[in-house]
Amino acid sequence: MRTMLQRNIRDRIMEVLLVVSTILVLLPLVIIIVHVIVNGIGALNWDFFTQELGSPSRAMQGRPTGLVHTILGTMVVDFMALMIAVPIGMGAGIMLSEYPDHKLNPPLRILNDTLNGMPAILKGLLAFVLIVKPMGTFSGLAGGVALSFVMLPIVARTTESSLMSIPWSIREAGLAIGLPRWRVVLSTVMPAAKTGLVTGILIAFARAAGEAAPLLFTSFGNNYLPNHWLGMILGPADTLPQRLYSLAISPYSHWHTMGWAAAIVLLAFVMFTFITARLATRQKSG
Amino acid sequence: MLKEPPSIIYRWLGDRIFSTVVVALGISIMLLAGAMAVVLYGEGRLSFQQFGYFQFVTGTTWDPAVRLTFGALPFLFGTIVTSALALVLSFFPAIAVAIFSAEYAPRWLSGIIDNLVQLIAAIPSVVIGIWGIFVLAPWLRETVYMPVFEWADMNHPALLPLLGNPMGYGMATATVVLAIMIVPYTTALTKDAIRSVPVEQREACRALGATRWEVIRMAVIPYARGGIMAGAILSLGRAIGETMAVAMLIGNKNTLPFSILGAGATMPSVIVNEFREAVESLHLSSLMAIGFTLFIIALVVNLLAAYLTRKYSITGGQVV
Repeated sequence: MRTMLQRNIRDRIMEVLLVVSTILVLLPLVIIIVHVIVNGIGALNWDFFTQELGSPSRAMQGRPTGLVHTILGTMVVDFMALMIAVPIGMGAGIMLSEYPDHKLNPPLRILNDTLNGMPAILKGLLAFVLIVKPMGTFSGLAGGVALSFVMLPIVARTTESSLMSIPWSIREAGLAIGLPRWRVVLSTVMPAAKTGLVTGILIAFARAAGEAAPLLFTSFGNNYLPNHWLGMILGPADTLPQRLYSLAISPYSHWHTMGWAAAIVLLAFVMFTFITARLATRQKSG
Repeated sequence: MLKEPPSIIYRWLGDRIFSTVVVALGISIMLLAGAMAVVLYGEGRLSFQQFGYFQFVTGTTWDPAVRLTFGALPFLFGTIVTSALALVLSFFPAIAVAIFSAEYAPRWLSGIIDNLVQLIAAIPSVVIGIWGIFVLAPWLRETVYMPVFEWADMNHPALLPLLGNPMGYGMATATVVLAIMIVPYTTALTKDAIRSVPVEQREACRALGATRWEVIRMAVIPYARGGIMAGAILSLGRAIGETMAVAMLIGNKNTLPFSILGAGATMPSVIVNEFREAVESLHLSSLMAIGFTLFIIALVVNLLAAYLTRKYSITGGQVV
């Protein structure tokens, strides 16, 4: 039998170990953010946001380089992904929550979770076969479709859970005053669940916006601004995550520095979306 | 303001259209999940026919240039070894964070810790990759790998060929990065599981005079064990599919690695590295066949995680 003192000492030791572990786990977060900012901040200038990248020799010739085509391409591809994923994902979420007795709901739930758990790179392969192969060219559209595959299951799931959190009595009240079911869902239940729905979309967006793997062989990337804005949809488009990868593994040190700057922009973008989503959730539950 | 009551057409037809549209959208997600299996299998069929599935998975030669022989074992091996080691490396720290946050930390601190851990999951894989290339890998080479080589050189030179090449990019570096990336998943599910332990269970233990740690060890962890397992399996699934950071750090060597410090490759990393340059249809098909194999493994791991989370009635680890 151990004495009380021994047991209390053991209790303190465990507490210290737990604190040390927690610090150890959070340390990489701080280190990564600090390194990204320190290494990239110097390259974040006006040119970075207004010039195109061009060939590797461009900077050596003293001409300005930047990632304006990348930033525009990211907006185009991410926006297309949202336009595809939000209606389909929300529709599936409405099916799961508003028609709870539908006999296809159990398989839908399983398949949606399965799709969510699938590596993003496989979603890129799927988009390659479905879009790039028939079109015969890499395109921003294919990238948007690939990212929508990443967003879809998250949107469906968060839509279901935020609609479920609305009490059933609200639907009954709507039906009781003679509203048809579709009006009840669209004008009563969905507005009541607005915060949750928006949070879900933001979370799906933050998740997909950082993905590079599915974009490498769908939107492919491009060092120049296309002549026409449609070029980013029907032809190869540049996106931040995939450009960051190309810059990082390139042999040019000035491209490495641009890679760090791209990392700042991507990190800021994803973290901002994520933190906004988190704050919205807290407001809802608090 | 009085209005005409909505007509029967507006009610009946509206409901029909609405439910049809909603169900069609739901079915399209199911079709998409099915399409993934069918498409990957279909595109990989050429390779399966050429080598036979068993031979493809157990083949050790991956030669897209000269012999056009494709065996996936080096990538299967790399994926399993890096993911499993990453889980081992991150398991106890991840659980420690969950225990500290749920049982020891005051409420305000607990909230901050949870949010910060979740932020780790929000860092894009490529950002971790660029940090790994320019900061982590050189650091590991100088402070960890080189001392090991110097020690082997001084004492057991016979070990040197087994250690591979201490360049800093290899399976061990990829493992460290994977461990950092999967912590949030294990932590979130572990915390879920700890929260599902009834308060009475803790109070009973406390009433018998147990210290805080004894309560955790005797009343909380045994009860939460199933949920913690589910968290570990789910994290393993995330590690298996992780692509960019691994591709940037693992060194990309298409033969069976014989040292954890040396270069290797995983299933996602070889797809990323070779897909854009694959011109031979057999090469492309073999990469798709690797995709199909990855699909099957991810499917098994995810179904197992889903089964465990449902069995122990926890929320399923909604991370990010």
